[in-house]
Amino acid sequence: MIRGEVVLEYRYLMESEVLIEAEDLTKKFGGLVAVNNINFRILKGECFGFLGPNGAGKTTTMKMIHCVLPLTSGKLTVAGMDVAKEGTEIKKMIGVAPQEDNLDPDFTVFHNLMVYSRYFDIPKAEAKRRSEKLLEFVRLEEKRDVIIGYLSAGMKRRLILARALINEPRILILDEPTTGLDPQARHLIWDKIRSLRKQGVTIVLTTHYMDEAAQLCDRLIVMDYGKIIEEGKPSALVKKHVGEEVLEVAYEEEVMQLLSKTLKDATVEVVSDRIRVFTSRPRGVFAKMLKEVRFKEAVIRDANLEDVFLKLTGRRLRE
Amino acid sequence: MRLSDVTSGFRLPQLSHRVWKVWMRNKDVFMKTYKVNFLPPLFEPVLYLLALGYGLGGFVQTVNGEPYIQFIAPALVSMTMMFSSFYECTYGSFVRMYYQKTFDAIIATPVNLEEVIAGELLWGATKSLINSIIVLGVVAAFGLARSPLFLLVPLISFIAGLSFSTAAMCFTAISPNIDSFNYPTFLFITPMLLISGTFFPITALPQTVQILAQLFFPLTHTVALTRALVIGRLELNLIFSLAWLLVVTPVLFVLSINLMKRKLIK
Repeated sequence: MIRGEVVLEYRYLMESEVLIEAEDLTKKFGGLVAVNNINFRILKGECFGFLGPNGAGKTTTMKMIHCVLPLTSGKLTVAGMDVAKEGTEIKKMIGVAPQEDNLDPDFTVFHNLMVYSRYFDIPKAEAKRRSEKLLEFVRLEEKRDVIIGYLSAGMKRRLILARALINEPRILILDEPTTGLDPQARHLIWDKIRSLRKQGVTIVLTTHYMDEAAQLCDRLIVMDYGKIIEEGKPSALVKKHVGEEVLEVAYEEEVMQLLSKTLKDATVEVVSDRIRVFTSRPRGVFAKMLKEVRFKEAVIRDANLEDVFLKLTGRRLRE
Repeated sequence: MRLSDVTSGFRLPQLSHRVWKVWMRNKDVFMKTYKVNFLPPLFEPVLYLLALGYGLGGFVQTVNGEPYIQFIAPALVSMTMMFSSFYECTYGSFVRMYYQKTFDAIIATPVNLEEVIAGELLWGATKSLINSIIVLGVVAAFGLARSPLFLLVPLISFIAGLSFSTAAMCFTAISPNIDSFNYPTFLFITPMLLISGTFFPITALPQTVQILAQLFFPLTHTVALTRALVIGRLELNLIFSLAWLLVVTPVLFVLSINLMKRKLIK
């Protein structure tokens, strides 16, 4: 079974075109190793996620991909071009939506797009056409002539996304695209990302929202302390690390004892006053158990990527 | 410091036509508020000419045979070049770099950091050009542009503006925060303003101070050239002033770009 999956994964890699490839990629800032000897391949047309706690090295990796940060060692190619040598050419085909707001506060929404288009040598008439179209795409037509300072955080993110698309990029880099947004704004951004992926844009995304990664990413890697600690498809990772279902119950000594007797192979985790039980056994095992014993505040839920994330990176706070 | 640190400071930057895209961005911002931007260079020199020219000038009478107001009018034009370009590339560039993250936004496009800095420097020189032309107009309106050679002052203003911009950008590259600009202001700008032959002839200073002002202060040469053109009195030593600007400016241009690269690309 496991072997079959590996073969499938291998064939997937062989049949698709590799667009971004990192070999032994390392970035040091003085004594700090931000990215430590990592390898990955991003395929044409997929949505590829970088997950990890703050300071894991995600943004540093993004910046090396779009050629604004030189590598310390290793090799990184985008569409077969070396980032160290052909930065200008690579940047022409990449759109970047950075983590922080770096829109031009002196200009209106529309003028922001027009000024940005100049950096790509897009002729004015074409830039105008694209800007109007993009404002429609991110639903900011009505804010066209508004100065940036009057936009909400969600509108700014949408404008940053539109700006990243002004050069009709083959690769779109989204560094935490929905951090700090309300659910409505997040879902709108997700919709746009999905529709771009359908149009064939390769998307590279960093996030620490597990639902976002699960919703959007075809494949992802989990980074921690500059290293890749896991990679694969979101669903496969969930199954591999935390099974299909999770049982959560209120903490009691008897429950712990009972669990250690009845579910010997389960992983039991105690966080404050809750017990979480993970198992690799198929779906239904917890329901069957709950028919026999009464647990206080018992909930059975689907295992998710957040469980995987916490299992892999621990619960200790970062930074 | 290793030798390679020194030589890397003078590595020639790779520039393309995209420098102008950065320049145009700054021009667009300027034009959005042009009405406010034009007011200070229009009214400040009027105040200076009235207060210093007529007020102080009443006590001074003549300098080198010129009425005092005629002596300081070209200096006001030169001071405008210095202030507008120096502050554009210290406070202005720092705000764009650090607070607005404008540089980060631009270098994610085919424009590289060297081109961003070059665009900033050329914009600083342009600010010097624009503002000094306005002041020059005021000076002419006061009847103080005595020689038609004053029409050549804009040429000086661009190259001088570039020298102040590049010096400013070096400070921007080594300043950890925006408050640090107090240092170049009181260590560089204020002494330069006072002893560059602006308010009194440089010959009134002790020999050593004169030499220092000639060696290190672009304003000394800017004032000498501007005054010569406005009054129409060309002398041989102006060649040295022009040569100083033409040699030092390109060196500072390259150095400031490399210092900024060192600051921003880790």
